Formats: sequence, structure tokens, C-alpha cells
Amino acid sequence: MTDSSLDTAWAVDWLRRSAAVVSENRMALIELDRAIGDGDHGENLDRGFSAILEKLDSEPPLTPAATFKLAAMTLMSKVGGAAGPLYGTAFLRMGTAMGEAVEIDSALLAAGLAAARDGVVARGKAEVGDKTMIDAWTPAVDAAISAADAGASPAAVLAAAAAAAESGAVATDPLIAHKGRASYLGERAIGHRDPGAASSAMILRAAAQAGGASA
Amino acid sequence: MSVGLVIVSHSAALAAGVVELAAQMAVGVSIVAAGGMDDGGLGTSLEKVMSALGQADTGEGVVVLTDLGSAVMTAESALEFMGGPATVALADAPLVEGAVAAAVAAASGAGLQAVRHAAETALQNSGAARATDAGTATGLDSGTEPRKDHTPEGEQTAELILINPMGLHARPAAVLAGELGAMDVDIEINGVDGQSVMMLMTLGAGEGTKLHVRASGPDAVGAVALVRREVTSGFGEI
Repeated sequence: MTDSSLDTAWAVDWLRRSAAVVSENRMALIELDRAIGDGDHGENLDRGFSAILEKLDSEPPLTPAATFKLAAMTLMSKVGGAAGPLYGTAFLRMGTAMGEAVEIDSALLAAGLAAARDGVVARGKAEVGDKTMIDAWTPAVDAAISAADAGASPAAVLAAAAAAAESGAVATDPLIAHKGRASYLGERAIGHRDPGAASSAMILRAAAQAGGASA
Repeated sequence: MSVGLVIVSHSAALAAGVVELAAQMAVGVSIVAAGGMDDGGLGTSLEKVMSALGQADTGEGVVVLTDLGSAVMTAESALEFMGGPATVALADAPLVEGAVAAAVAAASGAGLQAVRHAAETALQNSGAARATDAGTATGLDSGTEPRKDHTPEGEQTAELILINPMGLHARPAAVLAGELGAMDVDIEINGVDGQSVMMLMTLGAGEGTKLHVRASGPDAVGAVALVRREVTSGFGEI
């Protein structure tokens, strides 16, 4: 590991930190989802990431891509709701984009995040402004690409992505939802943060913390 | 061997019920449920879907039917995980009607894409059936007698009366559609496609109903004979 690349240990640390932050915020995510959805987002994600921790212990992955594919398979099998295939597809596409690489530089990292976001768009058919996780992911990917193009380190690329995702999640508060169960609520969704955007910001912050810890 | 089916639902009970219903009309077709989560809760599981795909495939491919939004996403994810196999087709179809239509098509020996098509047109076909019925009724009201003058060359016709107490219910409809589906024939029964189980069921034809059969194409004679044999024997139910 160097300042200019991330490795498998980072990928594993990201997932462990994601599991921790999702577990800590389980009730907060349930409350957000209860306001405009079916209330199961926190519980479902917590179950999914807890299962990832077990898999990481029992079958330690050898590459970043293998780490993300393990996460994808587990989330798709254990989450149950829409978040399973959406996060699962994000991690699957990111793993595919990273191929066999064991050292992830800034450009490959940004490409991986973009592939993840494109996967969520393809699977969920949502656009920016629909009050979904895309509203966190798209600004995060834009910020990551800008940072990578400007020559930032992978840790700095992740920090930029996390900050943009957090702003994007906050920006879902005033929106009317156009996808998922919240779309049935019309204007009643205004004033509530989208749970998927909120969890996306948490998970991308976990990536940045793992990147900072390894830098 | 026939095309297999996988039924993906958020509910294990719902998936099992659809399998039960579809299997009744399609003996010998491999139909596998992938419903609910590992712990029995509501939701869809990639592992369950992938395992069901493996079980259902007897070499002719598998058509996947799904219930609500994230079930579709889980099924799509399974295909992506497997590298987009050409032997698996996702049907954008109503779960119950689509599963029944697909099962009957599979039982009649239809290929992968034909089975998917049968599922996807299950509702359209019954809508078209109603439109055709309305047109026929209008023609009769105006007093025209179209049959003799307009009968195309080689067309076979028959008028038969249902004698079994249950009439043309699900099982006989499946028998007719299944056997006719394997023939090279265009066949209408009371104005609906005789090769479509869903359309035949929309007739709601009970005991004593008169069936007007019109068939054309290479197998027309055999097709009409088949319908005659099944109807006059009461579909083996009497």
C-alpha cells in the first residue's frame, strides 16, 4: 500500500466500517424509512452487512474485486428489499470495473465508483432528483472524477466523494419522490431525507475513513 | 424435456401457490419456487433464485417470472451474476396468468423465447379475445351470414357441444392448448386462439355450450379431429 493506491485491505476495511456505521445507525435509518417508506431499510441493511462480516471471516477475499463481489452476492441474498439488488449491483459493477487489479489508483477508483453508480441507475431506473440513493451517488462520482483528474490521492478522491454524497443526501430533503414506495406519498415526502441517499452517504464516508486510515 | 420455470416472489407461500397452480396444467414441466428469504421473512434472495435456476433447467432453458419491483431487480441481478446466460429469459408478465400460460406453452414443447412470449402475452391475449367476441356479436346482430361465402379454401370447421359437467375449465383448456400448440395450425374456438390456454379460459364455456371451431393450415384436419375427440369424450372426465 502506498499513498497513490489502495489495496484489498482497504476494501475489506471499507466493508467492516460500513457494517459498523449501518449497525450504529440502524434505528436512524428505520426512522427515516418509516417516515416515507416501509420502515425496513435499517434492519435490512444491518442484516446484509452483518452477513458480509461473517463471510469476510470465513472466506477472506484476495483482491478488491473479489471483496466487492462477495459483498454484492451477500447483500443480494440477505437484504431482501430493493436495497439488496441496488447496493449489490453497485458493488458487483465496481468489482467488475476493477478486474484483477490489486492496487487501485485514483483513476481506477473513480472509474469503479462511476461503474457502481451506473449499475444502480441501470437496476433502479432512477434519475438525479427522484429522491433516491442516486442523489447521493451521482454528486459523489462527479466529485471523485474531478479529484482524480486533478491528481488527488485515492484517499482524497474518497474524501471528496463522501463529502459530496453527504451534501447530496441532505439535498433530498425538499424533494418529491419519483421512485420506490415514497413516490406514492406525493408532497408528503417533502421535508424527509431519503433513507437510501442517507445510507449511501454513510457507506461512502466509511470508504473515505478506510482510505484515510490506510494512507 | 421442456423449458423450465422459476417463480420469484417476496412471499414463499405465494411462490409455492403459483407453482402449484401452474404445475396442475403442465405435468412434467420443471417449475421451481424462489420465494421469500432464507429465514422465512418477506423479500427476495439472490441465492434462492440462483439455486432455483439450477434446479429448473433440464437442458432447454428457464423462463423466470417475478412479482413486485425488487423481485425483478433480484432476478436481473442473478442473471448479471451468471454473466447473462442465453439459456435464461426474464418474462415481463403478470405472475399468475403468465406462469399458467408459460407452463402450458412449455408442456407443449415450445422453445425458450416462445414460452417467454406466452407469459408476456397472457393478458393481452385475453383482452384481444374479448374484442373478437364483441366483433362477432355485432356481425350476427346485423343479420349477415358470413360463414359460407367467406370460408377460405382448406378451412376446416366443426360445431361441438361441451358435455362434461365442468365445461372448458382450466384442465381441459390446458389439454387443448397444449396439444394444439404443438401443431402447425391456425385454430379459433368461439373466436379465440385455440392454442392459448388463457384465451380458452376467458370463454368461460360451461356444460352445454356450443363450440364453433375453425382451423386452417397443414394440420387443420388433425386439429379439428383432436378437438372433436376431446370434446365428445368429455375430456375424459365423464
